[in-house]
Amino acid sequence: MRLWRRAERRIGSGKPGWSGFQGVRREEERRRGVFTRRTLLLGAGQLGLFGFLASRLYRLQSEEGERYATLAEENRVSARLIPPPRGRILDRNGQVVAGNQLNWRALLVAEQTQDVAATLDTFSRIVPLTEQERARIERELRRRRRFVPVAVREFLSWEDMARIEVNAPDLPGILIDVGTTRLYPEGEHLSHLVGYVAPPAERDMDGDPLLELPGIRVGRAGIERHHDLLLRGRAGAVQLEVNAVGRVIRELDRREGVPGQDVQLSVDAGLQKALRGRIEEGTSVVVMDARNGEVLAMASQPSFDPNVFNAGVSAAQWRQWTSNRATPLINKATNGLYAPGSTFKMIVGLAGLEARVVAPGDRVFCPGHMDLGDTRFHCWQRHGHGSLDLRGAVKLSCDVYFYEIARRVGIDRIAAMANRFGLGVDLDIELPGTKRGLVPTRAWRQAQGKPWNLGDTIVHGIGQGFYQLTPLQLATMTARLATGRAVQPHLTRMVGGKPGRGGRPEDWPSLGIPERDLKLMREGMWAVVNEPGGTALGARLPPALGVMAGKTGSVQVRRVSREQRERGFKAENQPREWRPHALFVAFAPYDNPLYAVSVVVEHGMSGAGAAAPLARDAMVEVFNRLRPAPGQRVAEAGR
Amino acid sequence: MSGVTYERRLLTRDRGFGLLQKLWLIPWSFVLLLCAIAAVGYVALYSAGGGSAEPYAAKHALRFGFGLVLMLSIAMVDIRFIARLAWVGYATGIALLVLVLLHGNVGKGAQRWIDIGPLQLQPSELMKIMLVLGLAAWFQRASWERMGNLLFLIPPGLAVLLPVGLILKQPNLGTALITGMVGGAVFLAAGTRWWKFALAAGGVAVAAPIAYDHLHDYQRARITTFLDPESDPLGAGYNIIQSKIALGSGGLWGKGFLQGTQGHLNFLPEKQTDFIFTMIAEEFGLVGALAVLGLLSLVLVFCFAVALRCRHQFGRLIAVGLGTNFFLYVFVNVAMVTGSIPVGGVPLPLISHGGSAMLTTMLGFGLLISVYVHRDAEFASARD
Repeated sequence: MRLWRRAERRIGSGKPGWSGFQGVRREEERRRGVFTRRTLLLGAGQLGLFGFLASRLYRLQSEEGERYATLAEENRVSARLIPPPRGRILDRNGQVVAGNQLNWRALLVAEQTQDVAATLDTFSRIVPLTEQERARIERELRRRRRFVPVAVREFLSWEDMARIEVNAPDLPGILIDVGTTRLYPEGEHLSHLVGYVAPPAERDMDGDPLLELPGIRVGRAGIERHHDLLLRGRAGAVQLEVNAVGRVIRELDRREGVPGQDVQLSVDAGLQKALRGRIEEGTSVVVMDARNGEVLAMASQPSFDPNVFNAGVSAAQWRQWTSNRATPLINKATNGLYAPGSTFKMIVGLAGLEARVVAPGDRVFCPGHMDLGDTRFHCWQRHGHGSLDLRGAVKLSCDVYFYEIARRVGIDRIAAMANRFGLGVDLDIELPGTKRGLVPTRAWRQAQGKPWNLGDTIVHGIGQGFYQLTPLQLATMTARLATGRAVQPHLTRMVGGKPGRGGRPEDWPSLGIPERDLKLMREGMWAVVNEPGGTALGARLPPALGVMAGKTGSVQVRRVSREQRERGFKAENQPREWRPHALFVAFAPYDNPLYAVSVVVEHGMSGAGAAAPLARDAMVEVFNRLRPAPGQRVAEAGR
Repeated sequence: MSGVTYERRLLTRDRGFGLLQKLWLIPWSFVLLLCAIAAVGYVALYSAGGGSAEPYAAKHALRFGFGLVLMLSIAMVDIRFIARLAWVGYATGIALLVLVLLHGNVGKGAQRWIDIGPLQLQPSELMKIMLVLGLAAWFQRASWERMGNLLFLIPPGLAVLLPVGLILKQPNLGTALITGMVGGAVFLAAGTRWWKFALAAGGVAVAAPIAYDHLHDYQRARITTFLDPESDPLGAGYNIIQSKIALGSGGLWGKGFLQGTQGHLNFLPEKQTDFIFTMIAEEFGLVGALAVLGLLSLVLVFCFAVALRCRHQFGRLIAVGLGTNFFLYVFVNVAMVTGSIPVGGVPLPLISHGGSAMLTTMLGFGLLISVYVHRDAEFASARD
């Protein structure tokens, strides 16, 4: 039947034709026969070889399975990370302000013990563990892979170590190891700047395997946090072949890590310490290099000891810090917000000059107050200053003169000028969480749904009102006044031996304010400190050191009502927290400004009385420590 | 003979039978089988990626999808058209091999490839298919008598030796051997006399020691460590030992999905390519390994079934050649990971990670299905 069909097909296609049919058919049959035989042979052979593979698998997996399972157990190549040393933080003179010290600790490798809980029980009979510690260990064990060690106890004493070693046979999975921990030799003096480190939390896990290592720390605040990745370095790794009991048989592969880089700060640790020794609670001082914005010292009282964070802060300690009204954890120099008071008057003066609403020679008569409608704005000098020009108004800090300028120039131009001087803007310093502050504008007030009144403008002309500025911003403002350049404060001088940004004065653009205007303001500030009648005459520098120029300020923290004023209001008689803050900003030397200082003394009453002497002392200290020797180039000072 | 078969034959005779009818003729159960094997590959690569679709499994699925389209497109092409173009394909394969020798990139194990956009093409993989096509085209009309003529066998013999030599020059011993064997299988199926095979085998036996002298050191190392793998556990034999430990420790039922310690602790080198079968066998045990081997055997059975059912010599030879090619891939790979033959760097088709191998495998299956679809197509018959 089949043959017939094929024959039919061939007839249909008509190709070979009838005559050749028999021969062709035989030929085709023969060829096909050979093909079929050989193909079957090939196929059978190939399937047979698959069968061989199957038998091979059976032998390996079933008959010898147990032997290989044991081999797999024993055969552990253990990959261990080598933590790189965390980079140090140095002060401008190379003194270590954050370093590393050895730390003996007990670790637990979960995969090396049959029963984690039993090991921990035994361990706590030898070295007691608290409930919290136990909970932390179990949490970390759950979070990490079984071959990653978890720290059981750090900072072991010699006795504890000896006891653990003696009991080693009963403590499978426990091993003693030396790591490093962070040490801050200057303690609380630099903690607001340097910051501190702490064990990484879940949210810090950024995929860096280093963070899984026991005892590793990440920067939590300040420079430690800002430069965390630089300081941290990269983990190295060793591949070790270990036997069933965890003994290292050989090292298979080693990749060296990259040690963390050292960060050198612009801060002078000695200067910082000296300043902090001089100031009381609620005071902050910022000392900057006016030429390039390097922060030389930034003191805020009170402070905290960053070493405490290393081993973990106790709940009691934490409560004490957070409930303290003097806020030791907060750096007031960058996060304390104050109205600038009279230290702001130069900005108002410059805004007036730039808008040409006032000329340097313009005189204003101060009767002791200014009336607007039926509101009376007082000058701090009740009896009035009489007739004044702009320089004299700065020298005597006449309120009425600046009320008048503010009235003429308007709040928005004042705010714009303030922003150019770094007030109310983010200065981008390397301290995470630094406040940006507030310089009010008409639009800002209207966004709150309230109108901006002319009276508001007048009050803001003397630095009172809604302003919220930080001492760091005030120091920056002073440095910019002194140099005419838009210097920004920064703390990093060198990273890994290479200079950081903005180290040279030329790195900073000009503010674009006519030198003539700036000079007038500087002259006024010179008179404040050096001319009879100036508000801070007592803060003159010793003549050998040079000439300082500055500006006082004091800001009310409570409104003084008319009745109080008429009844003979005396701030000294108020409770401490109602007394005004005292401020002072200064730069020196007058003719070639090198340094800028700002001081804020909370509830210090008067700028001249409380803040100016501190500023003078800070200047003296800076000059004594950093002033270049004669003949040495200024730029090399303090290296 | 049922009526359906008769109807199909009529359809096939009609040159113009449509696309839809061809789709109907595609062996969908075979396509499903390929999908199942690719799914096994996805699961294994998911595990090799450390329990994640990245970086291997997702790409694998994408490539397989692309390969399916390619395969089905080729399956639609009339086999006679392919036969006419076979020599062009062969020439292209040779040209690519020459090109890759001159300009290709050399990777580890000296596999050479050409970058075509995002794709890396290994011409040696393509060559095997083109060689099968070329040989099948040569032999399609050769009668039994003709096959006895030595002179008739010389051109196809050279056609095998040329690519083998070029691949050896890369140097890639494993692929060169496989290429030679695929060619040999086609020769055998075409009806070459047995004694000529015996003669060729003798020639190889004489040539092998001479060739060994010309082998590269790493290739020699593979052969010597194969003979005694335990001799240098951290050297070249390390991979084989680790692979055997992984396989053996998998036991009957395996350690469970994603639980393989050998693979996940990175004992296994190249677990996503050459040692993927070890991953499967460690995690799913003997049962899983045999199941995968069973699926792969079904593919082989299909190849030979197509060969036996095909009515023209061209299709038969293609089916045998491609089947043998597939068999050699699987055999060399599994034998390698079980420590039965020296490490050869051959991937497991449809399962291992790798775009070039996937593409050429699917290309081959496309041809195979085309043979199946056009199994009753008219060719000119045998000549003397």
